[in-house]
Amino acid sequence: MSLLRIARPTIARRSLLTSSIRYKHTLPDLPYDYAALEPAISGKIMELHHSKHHQTYVSSLNDAEEKYASAVSANDVQGQISLQPLLKFHGGGHINHTLFWQNLAPKGSGGGEPPSGGLAGAINNTYGSVEDLKKKMNASLAGIQGSGWSWLVKDKDTGALQVITMPNQDPVVGKYVPLLGIDAWEHAYYLQYQNRKAEYFSAIWDVINWKAAEARYKAAA
Amino acid sequence: MAQAKFTLPALPYAYDALEPYISGQIMQIHHSKHHQTYVNNLNAATANHVKALQENDVRAQINLQQAIKFNGGGHINHSLFWANLAPANTSQAKPESAPKLMEAITAKYGSYGGFKNEFKGVLLGLQGSGWGWLVKNKKTEQLDIVITKDQDPVVGDLAPIFGVDMWEHAYYLQYFNDKASYVNGIWNIINWDTAEGRFLGRSGALKL
Repeated sequence: MSLLRIARPTIARRSLLTSSIRYKHTLPDLPYDYAALEPAISGKIMELHHSKHHQTYVSSLNDAEEKYASAVSANDVQGQISLQPLLKFHGGGHINHTLFWQNLAPKGSGGGEPPSGGLAGAINNTYGSVEDLKKKMNASLAGIQGSGWSWLVKDKDTGALQVITMPNQDPVVGKYVPLLGIDAWEHAYYLQYQNRKAEYFSAIWDVINWKAAEARYKAAA
Repeated sequence: MAQAKFTLPALPYAYDALEPYISGQIMQIHHSKHHQTYVNNLNAATANHVKALQENDVRAQINLQQAIKFNGGGHINHSLFWANLAPANTSQAKPESAPKLMEAITAKYGSYGGFKNEFKGVLLGLQGSGWGWLVKNKKTEQLDIVITKDQDPVVGDLAPIFGVDMWEHAYYLQYFNDKASYVNGIWNIINWDTAEGRFLGRSGALKL
């Protein structure tokens, strides 16, 4: 599945200390410079967000997977279950940020250019217009109580588009395919916008990479 | 029924009085913007709830519960937080101001240092936004360290002794992703006099 490949950019077999195959996740390179999303998102925010926050999720995910593999080897089901929140949090953090970087682009490299093709049609059918979808998504972002994300998703069962919010680093899984994610954690905007998060939600549409969302929409068909 | 109107409590110290552990800029935004927003939204939710009650609309009352919990929790938590901080150079910020509490801490955690390590470990394990609390179980009198997510307040059998805000807005402008340094610094500005009062039940219920 393509999402898995995205979330695991390099797959290297580690030493065969245990019988299970383990993966070593690495921080993906950004497809643009840290400052390239200014003025919507400052270079300082992007640098910390990518090189510190995302890196911590990657390192902690590797750590949790290693512990999980040991618990599997030891036939320790309790240990496996107690590691689930760590796997979910750091695995989700790695997945979400990897998707996020890709669904952003500098202005001039496609950032903010409206969607086209099948996705544009589906948005118009569901929400009336891209502008209406933005309003809907901004309202969902503003309504998040705590840390989390808003996603435009496709429901695999019905094919319908939907806007959903996920708490903390819970990734989009199950019947929903993530098309476009916006990070509503305070670390995503605080250095530039402080408590004025509505301004961040409004500005980020200038650097949304609809091409990435379209590709995900097509792949989910 | 009379409708309560909540207001932002004044800080018992200047915005920059907790420096260098919490910057004046953080305190100013945290108090005058974030806390104020919880107060405003709580007043709005409370007013809507009174209306729903008068109209006998149970669905609307239930629908408002989350807004009351989140904004009411935000108001409670921040009110407790401001009062359990004190400038580092005051006597309140010295653990000696809480002799009974420190006795209980030492009995439970071995030492003040052991307690600080345990508290830090719990706080750094929080996934997302939330708070770390030293609490006393009102039934067993036992101390414990708990985290509450988002703006969930400490309720039920647990009485808050002091809380530390682990939302990123509480430290990000100064510490960025290094939340461990924020937690290390907070020990210099805990108001042990307030903590002792809450531990002994001297302060009574929180007045909002």
